[in-house]
Amino acid sequence: MTRLDGHGRIDRSRTLRFVVDDVAYTGHPGDTLASALLAHGVHRLGTSVKLGRPRGIGAAWVEDPTGLVQIEEPFPEPMLLAATVELTDGLVARGVGGRGRLAQVPDTARHDRQHHHCDVLVVGAGPAGLAAARQAARAGEDVVLVDDRSEAGGTLTGTETIDGRGSRDWAADVVAELAASGTVLHLQRTTAFGHHDDGYVLALERRTSGASRQRVHRIRAARVVVATGAIERPIVFEDNDRPGVMLASAARDLLHRQGVRAGSEVVVFTSDDAAYATAADLHDAGARVTVVDVRPTPPAAGPCLERDIVVHGNAVVTGAEGEDHVTGAVLGDGRTLPCDLLLVSGGWNPTAHLFSHVRGALRYDPELGAFRPGEELPGTRVVGAANGVLDLAGGLRDAVGDAAPAVVEQPRTPTTVLWRVPGDPARQFVDLARDATVRDIERAVGAGMTSVEHVKRYTTIGTAHDQGRTSGVIASGITAELLGRPIEDLGTTTFRPPYVPVAFAALAGRERGDLYDPVRTTVLHDRHVAAGAVFEDVGQWKRARHYPRAGEDMAAAVLRECAAARTGVAIMDGSTLGKIDVQGADAGVLLDRLYTNLMSSLKVGRVRYGVMCGNDGMMIDDGTVLRLADDRFLVTTTTGNAAVVLEWMEEWLQTEWPDLAVHVTSVTDQWAVLPVVGPRSRDVIGAVFGDVDVSNDAFGFMTWQDTVLDGVPVRLARISFSGELAYEVHVDARYAPALWDRLLEAGRPFDITPYGTETMHVLRAEKGYPIVGQDTDGTVTPQDLGMSWVISKKKTDFVGKRSFARAENLNPQRKELVSLLPTDAATTLPEGSQIVEFRADGALPPPPVPMLGHVTSSYRSAALGRPFALALLKAGRSRVGEVVHVPVGDRLVAAEIAPTVLVDPEGARRDG
Amino acid sequence: MQLIPCPWCGPREQTEFHYGGQADVAYPDDPAALTDEQWAHFVFFRDNPKGPFAERWFHSAGCRTWFRAVRDTRTYAFLPGSSA
Repeated sequence: MTRLDGHGRIDRSRTLRFVVDDVAYTGHPGDTLASALLAHGVHRLGTSVKLGRPRGIGAAWVEDPTGLVQIEEPFPEPMLLAATVELTDGLVARGVGGRGRLAQVPDTARHDRQHHHCDVLVVGAGPAGLAAARQAARAGEDVVLVDDRSEAGGTLTGTETIDGRGSRDWAADVVAELAASGTVLHLQRTTAFGHHDDGYVLALERRTSGASRQRVHRIRAARVVVATGAIERPIVFEDNDRPGVMLASAARDLLHRQGVRAGSEVVVFTSDDAAYATAADLHDAGARVTVVDVRPTPPAAGPCLERDIVVHGNAVVTGAEGEDHVTGAVLGDGRTLPCDLLLVSGGWNPTAHLFSHVRGALRYDPELGAFRPGEELPGTRVVGAANGVLDLAGGLRDAVGDAAPAVVEQPRTPTTVLWRVPGDPARQFVDLARDATVRDIERAVGAGMTSVEHVKRYTTIGTAHDQGRTSGVIASGITAELLGRPIEDLGTTTFRPPYVPVAFAALAGRERGDLYDPVRTTVLHDRHVAAGAVFEDVGQWKRARHYPRAGEDMAAAVLRECAAARTGVAIMDGSTLGKIDVQGADAGVLLDRLYTNLMSSLKVGRVRYGVMCGNDGMMIDDGTVLRLADDRFLVTTTTGNAAVVLEWMEEWLQTEWPDLAVHVTSVTDQWAVLPVVGPRSRDVIGAVFGDVDVSNDAFGFMTWQDTVLDGVPVRLARISFSGELAYEVHVDARYAPALWDRLLEAGRPFDITPYGTETMHVLRAEKGYPIVGQDTDGTVTPQDLGMSWVISKKKTDFVGKRSFARAENLNPQRKELVSLLPTDAATTLPEGSQIVEFRADGALPPPPVPMLGHVTSSYRSAALGRPFALALLKAGRSRVGEVVHVPVGDRLVAAEIAPTVLVDPEGARRDG
Repeated sequence: MQLIPCPWCGPREQTEFHYGGQADVAYPDDPAALTDEQWAHFVFFRDNPKGPFAERWFHSAGCRTWFRAVRDTRTYAFLPGSSA
């Protein structure tokens, strides 16, 4: 055991049991999985991804490139760092070979989300972050303070003195003051992983209580203070991937947080001052420590002299001995120092990710040997070690200026920047997570790469879970050396969100399953469910597609529903139809300008079909318009286009024609629409609405009438989307279920049949009525659809008119809507199929075979007793009667071109 | 996620808005008088500057106001006070 009494801040009164690689261990609250393993002397975890080399715990937090585990219990999670997994009782994990395994069972854990708005967000509760948060709180600002570790204080060990207090006591004082201020939200175990535009920061909280496992905090801050510290940088030498090789700061962290001494024979290889504190602390904890310092003149090594720690100056470690665990450090002069822990420190890389996320430029600082924020950004300030100010006193001053607490200045000896020592490049690991070596960088440069972004992609350095936290700058440095160019010119790769891996489940939060996307149902939804309807998604709407009876598939159900509509009576729920109430003195003017036909001439009480085009003359929507009063119209739109058309009307009204006195309002949800369709529809409507004269003379096609049923206003309209005698019943949505029941009851003698969207599609296609978005695609004009009749000749202008006169719109080779009748009278052509034709000699033209158009709609028809299709075909209307071919699987199916109206072309059925 | 300055509602998150393309492209007084080329320039041609760009935005999930704002295409930032 290497757990030390009197060290660390774990709760030794409680014991936690856990299993790693089938071996049972114990630990304590406050442990990470890594610290608990190291307390048992276990460094080794799994193997590397490519070379299968032993891997161990290399650091104490998110910068570790190697110590990866697969969690098995409490719930399978792949590729987590042992260093960041807080120990819990019953945890089961195993080391991985560079790959994890996703759970095969659903995760029952909840994830949720909170939104925050604040004056200032401080990221990092180390000394600089605490000082910044306290300053803001004292100024009365709303503050959010987040920190990714389990407790505030950052790297403060307690051995430092701040404002005359032990540093951990000072940190506790600040935390207490923040808590008492009432304006600070302080979240530990919360990692800010993405910094986006306008002060928007996403942070992931790992929760230890409450209903959710993790919570994403969406924080909108007027100012962001980045106090995220710095990450120690290794130096590359041969076999630097052996278990037992670790960042120097990690050993100190483990000692002070968890009372774990990661080794007893320790070599510290450094080019920087900070490792001396590690050496001294480990010595005091009972380890035998030797320091190997790159610098010719090591710093006034006071603590080491006092402790009789041997310091080798002007020396380097060139390799690690040992296979499954390090046994010795090979020095540049050939000597080997036996050890069971080889600590490395090559200086510090500021953790400036959150600055880079918002496109802050980094610049190389030759004294640091690292990239640091190189410009001022509005709203974002980087302070302390994250800003490259590594000493405590300087970092506090950087954060709060003159308000900085008093700290004894520590003189620093400049870091010597050293990326790697001489050695075999194939055994010098740069990115340990990717098994990428100096040799790989040599290959990349040899292949002609001169950009660090290219080298990154060629070598995969920096693309693993750690995103190159420890390897990125080293890779830049080595690349620069190989190219003989200064690293300043080469730059470094771009940091992008997320800073740490984030589970999709956390990002999804509660928005999964039924809550994944809003679902819109009509007021009759329960009726359809009870009737056994099969639903389809139309935008966010759930629409009844068909109502199969026992033993029926969709084809059989649709044939039956179609037959009912053409021979008896059928009813559907058309409530999803977009409905816009257009009111105002200039309502008619607006509609005249937006529709291709004349709407202002429509008389009150009448209905007109209309088409809207864009400026390009292409059709964007169609629907019926009911004139309710001189200054009021009810416009209907395609279900999926309701919002688009409203937006379109608002755009013209607000930008081009603000002088028009018109208001437009969506009433889609307020009105239910129930089409009653078929030769017997008059009987049903007449039976339910006894006050209404439903004869054709009194209630003609394309007219509407208001009536009242049991005190409830109802609007009836003679509108047909099937060619049959039909009535649309409009009613306040709240009364729709009752009215639906009344209509079904009245229709019982006629076997009234509910029908769905599929039958609606077949019925309209038999009549050649196009559906915008199915038979059109934004390149189709009304003329292409054979609807020149809907284009006004009287109006001087309307949206799209000028485009109709463009040369391309007059091209006789434009694709036109026709119907296709497969000559075998049996094949239903797949929608989307291409149309080709044989040459005169009966063979296909050589590839590429010219495509003449495509099938837009295709169904089996009960009325025709055969399949048919609608298609957009080059010069289609001039080719009626000719035969083309459609590839279906391996076959070419012959189809005859026909006019679009296949059922009742003379229109004899619409009046019953 | 950006904040977009709606002149009526103030700064709101970008998911509440729809983009409306370049602003200040006025509908011609007399489309019939234009050549095909002139008409095509109105319908299809838009500027693509590097820098400030006047745009139309629609607060679709809010007050349904169409408004004009100037945005710098290099930084995405809306110029303060530019929305109306």
